[in-house]
Amino acid sequence: MRWIVLTVVGAYLLVPLLSMLDFSTRGVGSSRTLEAWKAIASYPELLSAITVTLELAVLTVVGMLCLLVPTMVWVHLRLPGVRRTMEFFCLLPLTIPAIVLVVGLAPVFSWLSYFFGDTPLVLAFVFVVLVLPYAYRAVDAGLRAVDIETLSEAALGLGASWWGTLFRIVIPSIRGALLSAAVLSIALVMGEYTIASLLNYNTLQVVLYQVGLRNAAVSVAVSLAALIFGFVLLFIVSSAGSRRRGAAREESTLAPLEGGLQ
Amino acid sequence: MFPFFGFIAVFLLWPTVLVIAGAFQTSSGQLTLENITKVVGTSAYLQAFWGSIRLSAVTALAGGVFGALLAWAVAEGDQNGVFRRQVVAMSGVLAQFGGVMLAFAFLATFGYAGVITLGLERVAGVDPLTSGAWIYSFTGLAVVYTFFQIPLMVLIFLPAVDGLQVQWREASDNLGGGSWAYWRHVAGPILAPSFVAGLLLLFVSAFSAYATAAALISQGSPIVPLQIRTFLQSEVVLGQANMGKALAFGMVVVVAVVMSLYAWLQRRGAKWRA
Repeated sequence: MRWIVLTVVGAYLLVPLLSMLDFSTRGVGSSRTLEAWKAIASYPELLSAITVTLELAVLTVVGMLCLLVPTMVWVHLRLPGVRRTMEFFCLLPLTIPAIVLVVGLAPVFSWLSYFFGDTPLVLAFVFVVLVLPYAYRAVDAGLRAVDIETLSEAALGLGASWWGTLFRIVIPSIRGALLSAAVLSIALVMGEYTIASLLNYNTLQVVLYQVGLRNAAVSVAVSLAALIFGFVLLFIVSSAGSRRRGAAREESTLAPLEGGLQ
Repeated sequence: MFPFFGFIAVFLLWPTVLVIAGAFQTSSGQLTLENITKVVGTSAYLQAFWGSIRLSAVTALAGGVFGALLAWAVAEGDQNGVFRRQVVAMSGVLAQFGGVMLAFAFLATFGYAGVITLGLERVAGVDPLTSGAWIYSFTGLAVVYTFFQIPLMVLIFLPAVDGLQVQWREASDNLGGGSWAYWRHVAGPILAPSFVAGLLLLFVSAFSAYATAAALISQGSPIVPLQIRTFLQSEVVLGQANMGKALAFGMVVVVAVVMSLYAWLQRRGAKWRA
């Protein structure tokens, strides 16, 4: 029974992935070719979209860390009463569909582009909101895993400043959790389509779709590459986590409550 | 503190308030119920909502059942084994693997030139033009959505399966219960609340999904997110500026109802465990 389940469900999940490999390497007749993979470089819009999306990923991670970490540590140490409220607001983006959010975002973006000019990088502001639930849970698991209270009291008692404690005590002891939060955010930004496409910004997924209309094999090749990139990123995090603390705990930080990109 | 809540207010709460307020306003800002009554009274919109709900329910059920089975199959194996770690890590990636890339994966499999379609043509002589069209239909959407629902269910449901104690199984065996008796009277009732809670989360995940459907279906709008797309992309007919907001408000209502059911179920589950 166990093997029947593993085979059937495994086939359902793996066949589309293997099909991508087959489809993107299909030549004339039954030959194999890397044409489509080589052709990626001949689509300048694809390359610039990849650059923009990587820049967005960096901005989103930086924004998320600056916004979330000091606030969460402060709430964790000084304002335990606010913890529930904070959790509620951080998980809220999961229950507001991106397609709903984008309907209300138009006025916000019209003054964002008034201040920052016409650049797709302003998307980072919304992406920070989108990654909050995943980042929050990763950082929260990190804060719970070490005794931050005692460590920071010791640091403050020995005369360290609040910011000194944050940067020299708290952040180093939760760096594994911060890495998970960053990787989950990068994965999310790389796959975001809804908001970018409806606000007419050319990010990776948007251009991927446009290229796919003309040359499906190239888009399939890029999709597969992006997927493998995601696998590698998440494997780095999960193996780095399991080396330190055992696999069981890390699962909770990788497990999202629900999918974010569909 | 304040930067954080300020940011949330501007980029999450303010847009949401704009949507909800806009659903009850005319394009010149007067209070009205007209947008809402138009949504309820137009068959195309009602059909889109019905399509969305049906799609979410079907894929939640299919993804839920297969995901739960996979979670069970994984939990039966070695707790700290490589296989389990790989399945969990893969589920983490695949649950996020929605949108354009997922649509392409399925077009490469079942589309007109897809691997399975061409394979069927070679083996059984089926015409790819007739056998490849279903992927763009409602059935196609359901099959594609189920792909990200299964790993999502694995992530949600695995902790519950892990919670089953070996001693319960032994107690059941010692009392003379077989495998069926154990699942029917012990494991089943214990897992039921987590299973239903998982189904509700999967429902919301499918209901909110936009990118996969948008990449797959370019004509017609069988589900609400695609109806909203037409309002965002086309020049809006005069006096209908806030119809998209009314549709979005409808989505918020459905999600809110399902999530409160979920919260209620979680509370009940917690009470039962304590």
